[in-house]
Amino acid sequence: MLNFVDSVQDAVAGIKDGSTVMIGGFGNAGQPFELIDALLDCGATDLTVVNNNAGQGDQGLALLIKEGRVKKMICSFPRQSDSWHFDAKYKAGEIELELVPQGNLAERIRAAGAGIGGFFTPTGYGTMLAEGKETRFLDGKWQVFETPIHADVALVKALKADGKGNLVYRKTARNFGPIMAAAAKHTIVQVSEIVPTGGLDPENVVTPGIYVNSIVKVAGSGSTAEKAA
Amino acid sequence: MSVQSNEKSLQTSETPLGRDDLARLVARDIAPGSFVNLGIGQPTLVSNYLTEEQNITLHTENGMLGMGPEAKGDQIDGDLINAGKIPVTELPGASYFHHADSFAIMRGGHLDICVLGAFQVSATGDLANWHTGAPGAIPAVGGAMDLATGAKDVFVMMTLLTREGASKIVDACTYPITGVGCVTRVYTDKAVFLIGPDGVTVRETFGCTLEELQDLVPVPLKATPAAG
Repeated sequence: MLNFVDSVQDAVAGIKDGSTVMIGGFGNAGQPFELIDALLDCGATDLTVVNNNAGQGDQGLALLIKEGRVKKMICSFPRQSDSWHFDAKYKAGEIELELVPQGNLAERIRAAGAGIGGFFTPTGYGTMLAEGKETRFLDGKWQVFETPIHADVALVKALKADGKGNLVYRKTARNFGPIMAAAAKHTIVQVSEIVPTGGLDPENVVTPGIYVNSIVKVAGSGSTAEKAA
Repeated sequence: MSVQSNEKSLQTSETPLGRDDLARLVARDIAPGSFVNLGIGQPTLVSNYLTEEQNITLHTENGMLGMGPEAKGDQIDGDLINAGKIPVTELPGASYFHHADSFAIMRGGHLDICVLGAFQVSATGDLANWHTGAPGAIPAVGGAMDLATGAKDVFVMMTLLTREGASKIVDACTYPITGVGCVTRVYTDKAVFLIGPDGVTVRETFGCTLEELQDLVPVPLKATPAAG
């Protein structure tokens, strides 16, 4: 069921304590800052968050971590020059980290959306990130068994939606949006523009509306440029 | 340790190579028409020396083929960044795709070459470049393990020696590894090493003889007669 909601507050109102929340974005590109701010305001806590990074600077996911709402991060690259809020929580033992190679992170999210119960991949074989995992010699290579990552909610930023919830993205801000939209039980999307049904060329739709539950228009959120400045 | 070749020297320069000279050398060795991923840091310099005639397509794992040079001034667009989160530009013929597709390009074996930095490379091509393993260090892996196991050829660019003077080419890695037996070639300031089933071969040296190089590196080195 697709809903167009009037505010980011309404969009995230149903997110419960203890939820697993996928948040799109790679660095600041594609990060749904307004939805994250609303999630911060709504008070949901004890969250498991799936994102490539663990927040940067003093905005978005970094603030959610700073305020102690995140009990666990599942990500590939938490440590950056400006990941000070995550770094502090991690060193204080106040946040759990599941570190996942980036391609495994993407493929595990994709697998969840595609109904795949797990897969074998050579990535990580022989490394400490594969310790304790099942391995098999397949296709001439040692491979490691990886499982899907499901989520209760995905927060995604896209450029435009039409009346059916079909989405298009902008440049490298697309990143995790399409696979997270498919993997979560409930997908909330912020867009900078809503066009009438028929206003997107069906050949160019990136995320079909079947994966989308709630859409909210956020003025001026089309490009990350003004946010990152 | 003795060198298993009677060749006096393979030298192609009288002094060690600087970072830009090394980047120029790597760029020259990339076959025309290749699809290439350049890692964060020193490998990024390689893009400065790729020529139009080479027709190289650069991949960035956050979801793009056909990446252009770093964006300047009005070109800067927060939605168009590379894997190091630096604003970049797009070239004619560029394409965008989501993260699972981007990593399928690596993991599916479609990428011809990736160029990575490293802490250590073993004599059998094991790579260590993601984690010092130091107590209290926050680990971050990003796409390093996918690149290391997925690209057809994995080139490493690094200084041969640590600040303390230890060889980064080692018998076995002491840092946590990124991938097993994945590195095919190592470009350093003192030599280019080819890693294959029969061990480590030196393609050329810079500012040292093979004998002098062997004194620095704790694995048996062989000379290759011709450029490889």
